[in-house]
Amino acid sequence: MDNYVVEMLRIRKEFPGIVANNNINLQVKQGEIHALLGENGAGKSTLMNVLFGLYQPEKGEIRIKGEKVNITDPNVANDLGIGMVHQHFMLVDTFTVTQNIILGTEPKKNSVVDVKKAEEEIIALSEKYGLHVDPRAKIRDISVGMQQRVEILKTLYRGSDVLILDEPTAVLTPQEINELMDIMKSLISEGISIILITHKLKEIMEVCDRCTVIRKGEGIGTVTVKDSNPNELASLMVGREVSFTTEKTPPKPKDVVLSIKDLQVKDIRNAMMVKGLNLDVKAGEIVGIAGIDGNGQTELIEAITGLRPSESGEILLNNKAITNMSPRKVTESGISHIPQDRHKFGLVLDFPIGENMVLQTYYQKPYANKGVLSFKRIYDHAKKLIEEYDVRTPNLYTAARALSGGNQQKAIIAREVDRSPDLLIAAQPTRGLDVGAIEFIHKKLIEERDKGRAVLLLSFELDEIMNVSDRIAVMFDGNIVENVTPEETNEQELGLLMAGSSKEKAGES
Amino acid sequence: MFSNRLFNVLVPIISVLLGLIAGAIIMLAFGYNPIEGYIALWNGAFGSSYFFGETVRQATPYILTGLSVAFAFRSGLFNIGAEGQVFVGWLAAVWIGSSLDAPMFIHLPLTLIGAALAGAFWGFIPGLLKATKGVHEVIITIMMNYIALHFSNYMIRYVLTDGSDTTDRVLPSASLASEWLLEITSFSRMHWGILIALFAAVVVWFLLEKTTAGYELRSVGYNPHASRYAGMNVKKNIILSMVIAGALAGLGGAMAGLGTFGYMPTHSAFTNLGFDGIAVALLGGNAALGTVIAAFLFGVLKIGALNMPTAAGVPSELVEIVTALIIFFVASSYMIRWILLRFKKEEK
Ligand SMILES: Nc1ncnc2c1ncn2[C@@H]1O[C@H](COP(=O)(O)OP(=O)(O)O)[C@@H](O)[C@H]1O
Ligand SMILES: [Mg+2]
Repeated sequence: MDNYVVEMLRIRKEFPGIVANNNINLQVKQGEIHALLGENGAGKSTLMNVLFGLYQPEKGEIRIKGEKVNITDPNVANDLGIGMVHQHFMLVDTFTVTQNIILGTEPKKNSVVDVKKAEEEIIALSEKYGLHVDPRAKIRDISVGMQQRVEILKTLYRGSDVLILDEPTAVLTPQEINELMDIMKSLISEGISIILITHKLKEIMEVCDRCTVIRKGEGIGTVTVKDSNPNELASLMVGREVSFTTEKTPPKPKDVVLSIKDLQVKDIRNAMMVKGLNLDVKAGEIVGIAGIDGNGQTELIEAITGLRPSESGEILLNNKAITNMSPRKVTESGISHIPQDRHKFGLVLDFPIGENMVLQTYYQKPYANKGVLSFKRIYDHAKKLIEEYDVRTPNLYTAARALSGGNQQKAIIAREVDRSPDLLIAAQPTRGLDVGAIEFIHKKLIEERDKGRAVLLLSFELDEIMNVSDRIAVMFDGNIVENVTPEETNEQELGLLMAGSSKEKAGES
Repeated sequence: MFSNRLFNVLVPIISVLLGLIAGAIIMLAFGYNPIEGYIALWNGAFGSSYFFGETVRQATPYILTGLSVAFAFRSGLFNIGAEGQVFVGWLAAVWIGSSLDAPMFIHLPLTLIGAALAGAFWGFIPGLLKATKGVHEVIITIMMNYIALHFSNYMIRYVLTDGSDTTDRVLPSASLASEWLLEITSFSRMHWGILIALFAAVVVWFLLEKTTAGYELRSVGYNPHASRYAGMNVKKNIILSMVIAGALAGLGGAMAGLGTFGYMPTHSAFTNLGFDGIAVALLGGNAALGTVIAAFLFGVLKIGALNMPTAAGVPSELVEIVTALIIFFVASSYMIRWILLRFKKEEK
């Protein structure tokens, strides 16, 4: 007989107008890392909130260590040894690590909080699992990765032996992700069981023992990871075949569309971030900019799109200078821009999704005539785009805020691609999205290339750069240090180039 | 689950009801009959053509100051300065209205434009400082209120008159008062300004909801970053929004100068026409139609309350507490919105 610590059987949870979980089974074995896999909005967080006592299920039963239980609130979950690290951390910024961890369960000595004892316990726990947390640091002074470890410590401190991690890697750098993987391994070696929510298949293949898949609120099944493969997991998740290596024909580059000469750009703090950069992008090719965040990529793109002034140098679009033009002029001269931060720049979240589809063109015919908007034409246009790009929204009048991340991004892409620009700039176009949406977006970028457009792709994901680009420009310290093609390089070499080693050196290793 | 539209209507209605209930409790606590009190309030606002005329008269400037605050709010700005804009608008209206000699169809529009321009200028300064220097508009508009108050007093005493406390009356060719309205409302001070205020509400609605300029203003209000990304001139829109808001409040001042009073006295304190405009806009959900309705409600409260001491024996101090309570609940409609949202979530 199997030794399950957590059993959730036939769970159903409804929200007004939507069934978030229907008939889902999840059985977690003692000491395993169990992945919960599903697209954005599949119902993963909901299921875990049910286990953690934040929501009450309409149907189904929960067993903990074989006992049937009724988890009415998080305190009950706590007593049962269940701890959860939420997608959004719940820490007090101005408190120290220790204060945050003991909050609500302060150890007392003569009715005074015994901080010293708590600190010792925290250090002991931290050492045991390799967390390396400084108990005296203030939360606001430590990195996001560290904050996450504090959240993990908090649950351990309360004696949890089942740990739920809700998309823990979404906020981490690749380095931090590796460290988290090691921490998880040391946790299970001490007998703790982990439920890991994610939609990244690589992570599942690396650390998980078994994986339960849910799709659109329905339980699809549980597989043993070592008997499975990323392709199988992906198709279970999205319900159809998914290809990882994006199919594409060789590029047919034509004239130079974007030409950047000796460009210099400063950041907000007046530090020179782009230092005399040169770059050409031709019609019919995708140039991927690879680089570690903070090497001037953001400033480069803001300079091209007119959002940030250039100090010196020249930016030419179809041989015409667009240096230091206003964003409006840049847009009108034929550039579309899928911005890196879709909430800050890409959408007016409180506008209906329909009105967001004309964010740059609202003043032009046919959407406006003599300064008066034609809502009929605006919404006809929006309807067309939404259908064509399969943006899932209740209707066109829904505020953009209410859409899921993937659908917001699809809406932005629809809007930007539809303007048929000469140059399409895509900055981190798939950040935070699941494989289905990523595949769709990559296809669109390649389609645009095949229509003869120049595409400039900025990404911090090497897979994406390798898969989609025809040519890779490696950016380091404000300059393009190397131009390579995906065929003549590999992730290893790219990683080294991005860290500043020269091609010769990188090639040797 | 309620729909969003219903929700937006429900919030102000509940606010007003809560205010009335709280007022009733206060009256009961002090031994007065709240039903009699509210009947007196109702009669004081609608009981005769005179009272009704006064209610409309009181609502007229509220519509304009409410629109002013609402307009700025829709573009993400908090115009605390409607009060000062009322002062300069009033001053300009009376000045032009009393000193120029021209036929009505030239004189009256010119006077109104002058008042609007004066208010617009008073809004332009905080707008410019916000757009170019990033100074918060709340601080500047509050300071501009004091400048307006003392500047108007100075102008009345030393420029418009020779040390007098009131200006000359505006000439008939610039006056909004009307014999006919006077007669049908038994000599209330109701004037034609209500038509101007209602017309302004229609213009504001059209501008905000139907034009490209309104699209930009709303977009900048919600998300200046995305607006800049989309090619809109955020600074220009901030200035424009404050200028239009100022012009609306300036017209509110003209209502007092050309209609209610026909002149401008020196003031020892603020008129509150502009400050009440903040509550009017909030209650009206920062939309044009809502603002008009809210302005009428405020007119009813202000004018109807005058009848409560005589008709129901409620002392006027208590009446002020009751109306303040109603305004308090109205202003805390955000709180009510929040509570309703919790109910909405917990349903099912
Ligand atoms: N509190 C809630 N009220 C209403 N709907 C919700 C609530 N929480 C989640 N949902 C809906 O339930 C579905 C599943 O959401 P969620 O569990 O957050 O998905 P995931 O974590 O897999 O991305 C989504 O359609 C979401 O919009
Ligand atoms: Mg989630």
